[in-house]
Amino acid sequence: MVEVENLEHGFGRQTVLDLPSWRVGVGEHCLVVGRSGSGKSTLLHLLAGLATPRAGAVRVAGQDLSALSPSARDHFRGRSVGLLLQTFHLLDTLSVLDNVRLARRLAGLPEDRERCREVLEDLGVADLSRARPSTLSHGQAQRVALARAVVNRPGVILADEPTSSLDDGSCERVAALIEAEAARHGATLVVATHDSRLRGRFERSLSLDAPDGEPAR
Amino acid sequence: MNALLLGLRTIARRPLPAVLTVLLLMLGIATVVVLLLFQREFEDRLGRDARGIDLVVGAKGSGLQLVLSAVFHIDVPTGNAPLSELREIARHPMVASVIPLSLGDAYRGFRIVGTTPAYVEHYAGQFAEGRLWERSMEAVLGSRAARETGLRIGSSFIGAHGLEGDSGFHHDEDPYRVVGVLRETGTVLDRLILVDSASVWEVHAVHDASGTMPAKGGTEGGSGAEDSAANGLPAGDKEVTTMLVRYRTPVAAISLPRAINAGTKLQAASPAQETARLFHLVGTGLDAFRAFAGVLIVASALSLFIALWHAMHEQRYDLAVMRTLGASRGRILRFVLIQGAVLGVAGAALGTALGHAAGWLLAEWLERARSLSLGALGWVPEEGLVVAGAVLIALVAATVPAIRAYRLDVATVLLERR
Repeated sequence: MVEVENLEHGFGRQTVLDLPSWRVGVGEHCLVVGRSGSGKSTLLHLLAGLATPRAGAVRVAGQDLSALSPSARDHFRGRSVGLLLQTFHLLDTLSVLDNVRLARRLAGLPEDRERCREVLEDLGVADLSRARPSTLSHGQAQRVALARAVVNRPGVILADEPTSSLDDGSCERVAALIEAEAARHGATLVVATHDSRLRGRFERSLSLDAPDGEPAR
Repeated sequence: MNALLLGLRTIARRPLPAVLTVLLLMLGIATVVVLLLFQREFEDRLGRDARGIDLVVGAKGSGLQLVLSAVFHIDVPTGNAPLSELREIARHPMVASVIPLSLGDAYRGFRIVGTTPAYVEHYAGQFAEGRLWERSMEAVLGSRAARETGLRIGSSFIGAHGLEGDSGFHHDEDPYRVVGVLRETGTVLDRLILVDSASVWEVHAVHDASGTMPAKGGTEGGSGAEDSAANGLPAGDKEVTTMLVRYRTPVAAISLPRAINAGTKLQAASPAQETARLFHLVGTGLDAFRAFAGVLIVASALSLFIALWHAMHEQRYDLAVMRTLGASRGRILRFVLIQGAVLGVAGAALGTALGHAAGWLLAEWLERARSLSLGALGWVPEEGLVVAGAVLIALVAATVPAIRAYRLDVATVLLERR
């Protein structure tokens, strides 16, 4: 579940995001659309507690993020939020398996090799466990990044532009994969994208573009 | 896979700056360690050699030279002193005991010292085999002198004029015969060849053109009343090189040296004072070395700072991702500090190892040069402080990059990479 109320955020004097009220229920999947600069990524960062909003409240999995200390927020994010970033950003100093184990460790959870292998297997990349991330194809890296995002069984999965650089066929497969993973873990899924191909797939969507086509002010 | 391992792997990804940092730190620490080792060894060794010798009396000249030649056997003597005058001093009520030394010859770089059995007793020399000399031309070898010359009991050898043993002149007619070998004492005794005072006179009388020194005159009645009255000095009117004096009372230190220096043709020098002066002279050189080591360590700290600063800049996405995965700011701070500490520990450990290796090589070289033999170059307690200091400096240098990583604005970094 994610919920925002009177959320407002910006940089300097510029307001990037102004969202009076928005809620995605447990297990629901919601698309956040808007052109670049409309505040999609900013919204994800606020939901992940990576930034503190100028005004308003953010509740994730029932937790009011502003009530948490910075380190408690980090801890909460590690356990309850799975982030799938546009550039997957796997640590190249570590093997594929160690990247997934790192997510367990940084969240303060037992490393649980079995669990790590399991998610890699679910995503069909278990045979790449020992590989360096830099040797993976785009699709393989995305699967590993998805494995890392779900390994802690987060209540909320946030994906930023997961399909923007993919051809139509891949776009379809990746979107299905992410949805399937979210469903497997019963997680609330929020996908931010400007990719119009995804519009039809999601039962819910939120547009951050103003009605006249300009980004919201 | 813990933070340490992750830190190591992160360092390994950009090895060159890390290697440079570790090398600089290693050289700085090695320099400090060598200084510490040698300072301690010199002080130990000189202290052991000079223990129980309150005053050295010899011909006029430099006091330092007198002490260096007579106590440590690393300089040429100032000249000779007539026994008749030394006897006067030996009879002084404040003098507890004296030991005469006659220097001048050497065998393959090891000094031949004409003396009395008291000299062996002074350094608590014990016989590994054989016995003390009983008559003239019998020799007792210090442990190292025996080991390196290969001489054994019953061997004969001929001393050469000059203390290095490489002058052209050999006393061909007079071979010494080895009758005893001493155990290792860890003192100057180890690298000496000891003979009776009379032996030296005998050897030199043969080629002394002047007939004024009879070959054996006066040396045979060695246990006469005059001898015992002279507090351990041989009888006769010959010369020895120097005399080591032990006071009966500490008060002697105030009056006796002055009395000798002013009232006789001889010179008195205190080993304690002269070695203190030596340390003071050498200290200036050591200070320069210390400053050099300091510059190296500061340079290594700068190098560490720059390496980590750049690494933090390059790793900011990795750090941001670690934050998205739940790492707190404090954890990121520790992660960077660990990298600094790893480099610091590596530099300090390698530097300590290199310092000991260099110290060992230097000691070997000094031994080979026969100038000074240093004992085992073991751990110096201060080394622990040096290592701790190096790690501390590394941590301080890592602090600013660590704070930079701590303050990383994750959202901004993630937006930057789109």
